[in-house]
Amino acid sequence: MLSRLISSSRNTLLTPLLDGNPITLQVLGLCSALAVTSSLRPALVMSAAVISVLVFANVTVSLLRHIMPQSIRLIIEVTLIASAVIVVDEVLKAFVPDIAVILSVFVGLIITNCIVLARVESFAMHNGVWASLLDGLGNGLGYAWILLLIGAVRELLGTGSLLGYEVLQLTENGGRFEPNELMLLTPSAFFLLALLVWMIRSLRPAQREQTEQTQSNNRSSGVSL
Amino acid sequence: MTGDLLAIVFRAIFVENLALNFLLGVCTYVAVSHRVTTAVGLGIAVTAVQTITVPLNNLIYRHLLAPEALRWAGIVGLDLTFLRFITFIGVIAAGVQVLELALDRYFPRLQHALGVYLPLLTVNCAILGASLFMVQRDYNFSESVAYGFGSGAGWGIAIVLFATIRERIDETEVPQGLRGLGLAFIVTGILAVGFVGLRGLEF
Repeated sequence: MLSRLISSSRNTLLTPLLDGNPITLQVLGLCSALAVTSSLRPALVMSAAVISVLVFANVTVSLLRHIMPQSIRLIIEVTLIASAVIVVDEVLKAFVPDIAVILSVFVGLIITNCIVLARVESFAMHNGVWASLLDGLGNGLGYAWILLLIGAVRELLGTGSLLGYEVLQLTENGGRFEPNELMLLTPSAFFLLALLVWMIRSLRPAQREQTEQTQSNNRSSGVSL
Repeated sequence: MTGDLLAIVFRAIFVENLALNFLLGVCTYVAVSHRVTTAVGLGIAVTAVQTITVPLNNLIYRHLLAPEALRWAGIVGLDLTFLRFITFIGVIAAGVQVLELALDRYFPRLQHALGVYLPLLTVNCAILGASLFMVQRDYNFSESVAYGFGSGAGWGIAIVLFATIRERIDETEVPQGLRGLGLAFIVTGILAVGFVGLRGLEF
């Protein structure tokens, strides 16, 4: 009994990391994933913000799921998410004001980040508090590692440094690395994410999109939060 | 004056395109671009929602939420800016609902074509993003009308462009793992390179 509980908890936590990744498979929460990854530090702060909002929203909705009237549940969920985002926004402004300036409107946009609403609707409404907490954490981490990877590649190739420390010595400082400025612009986020999706789908053929028919089916299941 | 407003519209469409420069609303953008006709309908819907919600949020922000905004009611020293997220999302949800009722009454075919995507506009980051940018750039009322229209139209143009390319791609042979999502990102990336070229343009 206990071992079954542990293994189901582990599944809830680990599946979203690769096999059910919110970004590359469910196609949720792309906007912020692409927009805040021009360097590693904002990506790190953004990941932490999204994880805390996800966990908070999942846990509170799971606690309230029996007393919430069906007809107005979306409004309640969005209000809960928005309250969590307000707290996160105030905390960021107080403790890391420089990063808060870089993230600008994207912290507020966590409210409309489809991952949060999708997990709340499809998981927290039907599961207990502990499982919802793990699910929020797992999906948050699945989102975070992609953000961090893309942020790291873009900062490394775009400026030759990581977290502001010089890793590859630039030609202007006597080294051999010439930074690629395209990496700092938005298109590179699309290209890197495309390569990542290609890589994951080569390793996991089950995630491939076959014909147009199945493709549109996958789409509608992914979007109809 | 009209020249300034036109400049805001053109900047919102080409230089600061919400989808291709700020990567907002990309989820819907990737999901609803398999047919050009639906893309056109969605583009029109987004433009309509933006043109309504951005000015509405502008009025609410400047007369209720901004620092010292409640002076007209005799309340001094109050700053409710932190309430803007919750207020804006409420206004947007209500706006989308009203638009849905209006479409159902006057253009039932368009409403049918948009289906589930119309209510989903509530959680489209492009819509909330435009309202937040409006606050950040301190637009007045007429500027916010221009910005709402321009940003919606820019998003609409981007998704129609993408859908026309995608209709052709869906019929071609591409590497297995790249089919669908992967190729969608690459095509959008190339489109975005084109729009980055317009950056720094002054009107």
